[in-house]
Amino acid sequence: MPAVSKGDGMRGLAVFISDIRNCKSKEAEIKRINKELANIRSKFKGDKALDGYSKKKYVCKLLFIFLLGHDIDFGHMEAVNLLSSNRYTEKQIGYLFISVLVNSNSELIRLINNAIKNDLASRNPTFMGLALHCIANVGSREMAEAFAGEIPKILVAGDTMDSVKQSAALCLLRLYRTSPDLVPMGDWTSRVVHLLNDQHLGVVTAATSLITTLAQKNPEEFKTSVSLAVSRLSRIVTSASTDLQDYTYYFVPAPWLSVKLLRLLQCYPPPDPAVRGRLTECLETILNKAQEPPKSKKVQHSNAKNAVLFEAISLIIHHDSEPNLLVRACNQLGQFLQHRETNLRYLALESMCTLASSEFSHEAVKTHIETVINALKTERDVSVRQRAVDLLYAMCDRSNAQQIVAEMLSYLETADYSIREEIVLKVAILAEKYAVDYTWYVDTILNLIRIAGDYVSEEVWYRVIQIVINRDDVQGYAAKTVFEALQAPACHENLVKVGGYILGEFGNLIAGDPRSSPLIQFNLLHSKFHLCSVPTRALLLSTYIKFVNLFPEVKTTIQDVLRSDSQLKNADVELQQRAVEYLRLSTVASTDILATVLEEMPPFPERESSILAKLKKKKGPSTVTDLEEAKRERSADVNGGPEPAPASAASTPSPSADLLGLGAAPPAPAGPPPSSGGLLVDVFSDSPSAVAPLAPGSEDNFARFVCKNNGVLFENQLLQIGLKSEFRQNLGRMFIFYGNKTSTQFLNFTPTLICSDDLQTNLSLQTKPVDPTVDGGAQVQQVVNIECVSDFTEAPVLNIQFRYGGTFQNVSVKLPITLNKFFQPTEMASQDFFQRWKQLSSPQQEVQNIFKAKHPMDTEVTKAKIIGFGSALLEDVDPNPANFVGAGIIHTRTTQIGCLLRLEPNLQAQVRLLEERASYARAVFWLWCGMGPKWGRLRSSERCVPLCNLRCPADT
Amino acid sequence: MIGGLFIYNHKGEVLISRVYRDDIGRRQAVDSAVFSSSGPLLEERSQANRRNAVDAFRVNVIHARQQVRSPVTNIARTSFFHVKRSNIWLAAVTKQNVNAAMVFEFLYKMCDVMAAYFGKISEENIKNNFVLIYELLDEILDFGYPQNSETGALKTFITQQGIKSQHQTKEEQSQITSQVTGQIGWRREGIKYRRNELFLDVLESVNLLMSPQGQVLSAHVSGRVVMKSYLSGMPECKFGMNDKIVIEKQGKGTADETSKSGKQSIAIDDCTFHQCVRLSKFDSERSISFIPPDGEFELMRYRTTKDIILPFRVIPLVREVGRTKLEVKVVIKSNFKPSLLAQKIEVRIPTPLNTSGVQVICMKGKAKYKASENAIVWKIKRMAGMKESQISAEIELLPTNDKKKWARPPISMNFEVPFAPSGLKVRYLKVFEPKLNYSDHDVIKWVRYIGRSGIYETRC
Repeated sequence: MPAVSKGDGMRGLAVFISDIRNCKSKEAEIKRINKELANIRSKFKGDKALDGYSKKKYVCKLLFIFLLGHDIDFGHMEAVNLLSSNRYTEKQIGYLFISVLVNSNSELIRLINNAIKNDLASRNPTFMGLALHCIANVGSREMAEAFAGEIPKILVAGDTMDSVKQSAALCLLRLYRTSPDLVPMGDWTSRVVHLLNDQHLGVVTAATSLITTLAQKNPEEFKTSVSLAVSRLSRIVTSASTDLQDYTYYFVPAPWLSVKLLRLLQCYPPPDPAVRGRLTECLETILNKAQEPPKSKKVQHSNAKNAVLFEAISLIIHHDSEPNLLVRACNQLGQFLQHRETNLRYLALESMCTLASSEFSHEAVKTHIETVINALKTERDVSVRQRAVDLLYAMCDRSNAQQIVAEMLSYLETADYSIREEIVLKVAILAEKYAVDYTWYVDTILNLIRIAGDYVSEEVWYRVIQIVINRDDVQGYAAKTVFEALQAPACHENLVKVGGYILGEFGNLIAGDPRSSPLIQFNLLHSKFHLCSVPTRALLLSTYIKFVNLFPEVKTTIQDVLRSDSQLKNADVELQQRAVEYLRLSTVASTDILATVLEEMPPFPERESSILAKLKKKKGPSTVTDLEEAKRERSADVNGGPEPAPASAASTPSPSADLLGLGAAPPAPAGPPPSSGGLLVDVFSDSPSAVAPLAPGSEDNFARFVCKNNGVLFENQLLQIGLKSEFRQNLGRMFIFYGNKTSTQFLNFTPTLICSDDLQTNLSLQTKPVDPTVDGGAQVQQVVNIECVSDFTEAPVLNIQFRYGGTFQNVSVKLPITLNKFFQPTEMASQDFFQRWKQLSSPQQEVQNIFKAKHPMDTEVTKAKIIGFGSALLEDVDPNPANFVGAGIIHTRTTQIGCLLRLEPNLQAQVRLLEERASYARAVFWLWCGMGPKWGRLRSSERCVPLCNLRCPADT
Repeated sequence: MIGGLFIYNHKGEVLISRVYRDDIGRRQAVDSAVFSSSGPLLEERSQANRRNAVDAFRVNVIHARQQVRSPVTNIARTSFFHVKRSNIWLAAVTKQNVNAAMVFEFLYKMCDVMAAYFGKISEENIKNNFVLIYELLDEILDFGYPQNSETGALKTFITQQGIKSQHQTKEEQSQITSQVTGQIGWRREGIKYRRNELFLDVLESVNLLMSPQGQVLSAHVSGRVVMKSYLSGMPECKFGMNDKIVIEKQGKGTADETSKSGKQSIAIDDCTFHQCVRLSKFDSERSISFIPPDGEFELMRYRTTKDIILPFRVIPLVREVGRTKLEVKVVIKSNFKPSLLAQKIEVRIPTPLNTSGVQVICMKGKAKYKASENAIVWKIKRMAGMKESQISAEIELLPTNDKKKWARPPISMNFEVPFAPSGLKVRYLKVFEPKLNYSDHDVIKWVRYIGRSGIYETRC
């Protein structure tokens, strides 16, 4: 509020406020307020009209009383009257009162809206400013309804003053945030983009905020903003600090605008080369500037400079395409790692975590390992240490795993309790993932249990046992190490569990040594028995009975133990039952039977590490994804983004590659070849969207899931949907995680799955209902059981409705259940393949497709994609080594469809020929849709359908 | 057991803080376990804990956003019992499960003691007498257990005239000790008056809630008998009143007396006595006999709900004329003997919250619209029995956006009348002092009845 001029002093108000301040007690205050209210009421009631000044004064008093926490139920009318005054101060107080005290009272709202409309229509910039501020401050839906159409016009009108434009942009932003559906997109959008070129930097700043928010929702419409933003940015960055006068903050030119522009650019993939060059130049300049000596000692200077720098670095990471920049960013961050300022160290570590997952800068990040380890040891702030742990985890690979794991282990001894469990999980994962030598793995995990036994969760020791059992080479070593570890006088219960299990299985491998003879092993384990909890004791009893099998010489000793009262008559039912049954088994059964019953455990089926799942669960599915996965996702993001790749100078498709000896189909049941007439349609464009328009971006995500089972399907400001799914034959199970990203509860949270009629017959889905309320920050899980009845084309739609705050939210996304999920790889030899390939030669059974590659073909990437797609990659099958060949069977409840696939890249022309043959042409076609070539044509016997509007994750 | 006692001023600043037990304010048992092992820390810790408890009460009660109405507040498993005297808050704090009635009894007693020592309880007085208050607190609470809080007894050894021990002989000291620890701790021996005199006050407050049609919705009288005695020696007193049970018992003994005694007897719902009254005798014979303390004390408290004489009747008439006007007419009628005079009569008529102006006409007394209290206050100095008076007011209203209807709070009234609305009568107070040579007849006795309004409300 500007200082009130002398003549406008409102002495009465000042006196009233000082009276209130001087009140001795609450009662006195209430009395004074009651008196004042009565006075104002009598004044308002009075027959003679009040002049503007006193109206303003009384409205001001009411406002003050309201702000003290008392109800005000009159005076609205007077405030609205003030709105139509011509004096600035009166209008201002009127607007202030309205913004603070407005409620959705029908008649008044109409009057207020009318007043605002008049002000907006007036040519007076201050009045327009006041009106816009009021709209933004109230920001209700009613306001949006009334003015959402008008404000864009003001914003782009040629004759609007700069300050008004600024207000209008921010006001529109506010309305868009509260009710995006009410803000119409129209021709004004292109003109808003041109505001980035405005002379006035204030307007540019406001417009950038607006455009950034709008662009997140409608990236296509604001695509042109990229080049404008880049040129604006380069002008700012290259300007001398004195050029921008008012917008230079402690020698940094327009830091806020720079940060906002960089944020805007993060909504888009890297721009085309011309612009990209300029952007790279900008980013380089920013990085250069960071190297310059500071122009001022003031903290504001370095804060502003670093803010721009960090935003630039996150843009570099987002683009992930310029190795040079990434490395430079990494070096810059490396300098910050040793900076005095704790916040800088924290930010540097955090940014480095993301840098580490980029393939270009991973190596560069690794050079800072010593510094990071040092930070872990000496840092005083726990949150910074936490980041250091994260970074170590992120930068870990085969080359430095041993060092990092050792460091983390030694840090674990002194680590804060709050992060211990996480470190334990991370150590366990890294040790497993990068174990070259499994003896090292076993050592590490045993160390882990020794150091932080309490924080070692069940999953960790389960995993050790799984690995030891599955690997013959490490079993003897494990038994020996465990035996040695158990000799410590006090060892953790988890160690006893691991020890019991491993000795029970592989105790015989070390029994030859007289120092670890069967009896000594048994006595060692039994000495720990009484200190353990019931589940561990139960496990030890099983170990004993295994000993009976392994070492007949200790049988009597063990039988004595089992027979003792403390076992046979144990109060715990589980222990008692085990003791009785094992005792009986050992006495009754012959050696052969014993040997069969107590045989060594069979190897566990390989599956995703349960520890990883646990770490993910601890942090939410999205934040810690597997590194590889994150990398892949990132590359998919960049490569398959909405931006069309530049058309490469392609020559005509040369008659490609050899079509030698073609194979035959896998054992496929003879199904009648379906009529494929009307089916060749774009399956994605006519998907059933009965409930709500699909959330923007969901198509992108959907396509990404074609070759992937886990990840984030959908994310906006409120909600995050993560998926984890597994498929086996014709059955599948999908875990959907709904994460509430806000701090408020979602009410009436109802996800529903919608299938078209066609789909319903072909795909059966079963879900369990979820809890209708989702707390802020919480996550709920829903399980979907899937069965593929017959082949299908469409994907089911997941529609989610919930209430957030007062507003009703409706989100629809396609669930990535595609036919290829039921694809099981089949291995076959070269001869078989081509024999079957030949058999499937009828036109209905074949689909051929030639398309241009968007990107240089990378053998490894392509291989990964074929495997991700679900088929087996058959190596050394095709005589031409450049070709890729795959085979697999699609399982449905009714049939099994064998599919063969060949990909013949033509490297010179960057053209690929993809052929598929299957027992069903239909199936083949749908597979195609799943893989979705974007710029290809599908060649089938019936018709040629252009598939240009298919979106896909990547062009295999 | 009371863990501590704090006195705050209206701003929530602590004037007096006395902690009897270390448990208050301790947040976790773990803390105490950790810190009990280390000596110097413990001191610091308990200091900090005390702060916690003190601050908790200030933040949650004194400075609470909403007015705290309950006298007992539980904050972090600690109970705070408070009473408020003008602007001063007295809060007793405990962590244990105590008898709340005991704590409040103690707090009231504490107020009485302080009032007896330095008059009105005000911030000024408390600041001026804080050494004395700590002395008193040391004496009347021991490790949180209330001790002798009889003013008379306390005054023998806690004085306000500086150090007295020089003047006090050994004998005097031992006399005090034997009195305080003896059977009759409330009276010392060897009191002598030239004029044996006693004053009896029957103080009652009458509470009423009446419907607009004049139907009594609830009514009760709570009263107390206060005695001020200036008697020599160790006199044995016997107090008699028109208690229904006693009268009927006597009636059985002498049959004809019942018919003769036209005076009413009253039914007492419940009563409590000063510690000097022999309860065993009251239980068996329902007679009230005692050796009174010297000076003023409260002999008994009682409550009645039947056959209450309502000194005033309020007849309200409220008429809403359109949305912007209200007409109020209130008639009060006095309902007692014409020879008696009621005093300090005040009628408070609440006005709606959107009142913008009031015109009042009354025939007697003075009436005024008090905006700060949202009420019309009508004051009459004196009014004889069986009279009638009326006030009429026009209230102008400001139309508001609020659709809420005015809740019409009841009209309340204050007054003082020279009789006991419960109908209680003192029949006798006999004094026997066998050792000294004065008899019952030599004692000059005074009796006074005062009936005051408690919450005396009529709905309109």
